[in-house]
Amino acid sequence: MVSTIVSIILAGMFTDNMVLSKFLGICPFLGVSKKVGTAVSMGAAVTLVMVLATAVTWPVCTYLLMPNFEYLQTVVFILIIAALVQLLEIIVKKFFKALYNAFGIYLSLITTNCAVLGITILNFTDGLNYVESLFNALGAGLGFTLAMFIFSGVRVRLESSKIPKSLQGLPITLIAAALVSLSFMGFAGIGG
Amino acid sequence: MAKNKTLSYFTNGILNENPVLRLVLGTCPTLAVTTSLMNGVGMGVAATIVLVCSNVVISLLRNVIPSKVRIPAFITVIAGFVSIVQLLVKAYAPAIDASLGIFLPLIVVNCIILARAEMFASKNSVFPSLLDGLGMGVGFTVTLSLMGVIREIIGTGQIAISEEFIIPITSAVGIEPMLIFILPPGGFFVFGLLIALSNKIAERQGKKPVENAGCEGCPAKGMCENAEGCINNETEEKANG
Repeated sequence: MVSTIVSIILAGMFTDNMVLSKFLGICPFLGVSKKVGTAVSMGAAVTLVMVLATAVTWPVCTYLLMPNFEYLQTVVFILIIAALVQLLEIIVKKFFKALYNAFGIYLSLITTNCAVLGITILNFTDGLNYVESLFNALGAGLGFTLAMFIFSGVRVRLESSKIPKSLQGLPITLIAAALVSLSFMGFAGIGG
Repeated sequence: MAKNKTLSYFTNGILNENPVLRLVLGTCPTLAVTTSLMNGVGMGVAATIVLVCSNVVISLLRNVIPSKVRIPAFITVIAGFVSIVQLLVKAYAPAIDASLGIFLPLIVVNCIILARAEMFASKNSVFPSLLDGLGMGVGFTVTLSLMGVIREIIGTGQIAISEEFIIPITSAVGIEPMLIFILPPGGFFVFGLLIALSNKIAERQGKKPVENAGCEGCPAKGMCENAEGCINNETEEKANG
């Protein structure tokens, strides 16, 4: 059991990294990774929402939707995530002021983040049980945070380097992402 | 004149405001499914169907939906159509279903669709919304196919239309394919170069290059519940201290 969980978390962080090998959550990866601080806050918010969303969607899907209403999965999941994010935002704003100031503003962006919906659906396509699903979400969230953290470091460097005019801005960012993704391919084989 | 305007709703999405290259929306499926031409086309067509249907329905409902709950309402409409498309693809094109995998249900959170609902369909009547959806969908499909073709030719040396029907390109003259192009790094790389190219063309026409992806350049910025929801520099500073 423990070894399964460790390998799930390792896979989520390195070999099957959410952003760099599954291409989920590219928008925040490119949009919110300009500074290390904001990148990590966004990562933390996504991790939290991923785990909570999995905690709610797994029982709902297993006990309410299966086996007859599986086709409702997409609709139900996105509504659960939207409601959950709103609720979380209200609670954090009301009771954890410091936390809200740190990453509250990222919460409303997360509703339409494909990484969150992606992980809740992937839990079922991979046939994981409840505990494994929770750790899968945790691993994926940590992997997302790691990718954001590394990439924001790369981007800080990019700011101060000389870049050919036509590649400035988004193109060089994407090419840098390609190199970071290439380095993550070196992890292939670990944890599996 | 009137005819030109109608036409421009359609062509806008293909050229001036190409959703992928100019608006930089829907980057996740763009990078993930374009490992081959057919995947790109499949994804593009599926997203186009959802886009057109949701644009029409949202445009019809634009006076009924209260503006405070419009985003959840839009998402519900979009999710409904995505489920329909998902079931249809599963039934009639199982091969495409297998290769698109999780990205088929993820059309729900494709920013292109939500952005067009928010920016266009909720403000315009049915016919222009339909054309806008169709134009954006075609623009999306064409860009995805282009990326698919580039990655498939360089990455495998051939183009596979179906399992039996394969057109050899560089593999016919014995050039070793570069596998890396159909792997994740290749996706980022080709996309980066395509954006650079489209920036270059835009610059010649006197337009601005795309500034940034994600929230900053997001035309759907206004939809984030709090006005501060989108990360611009101001809120970034607020968040930091």
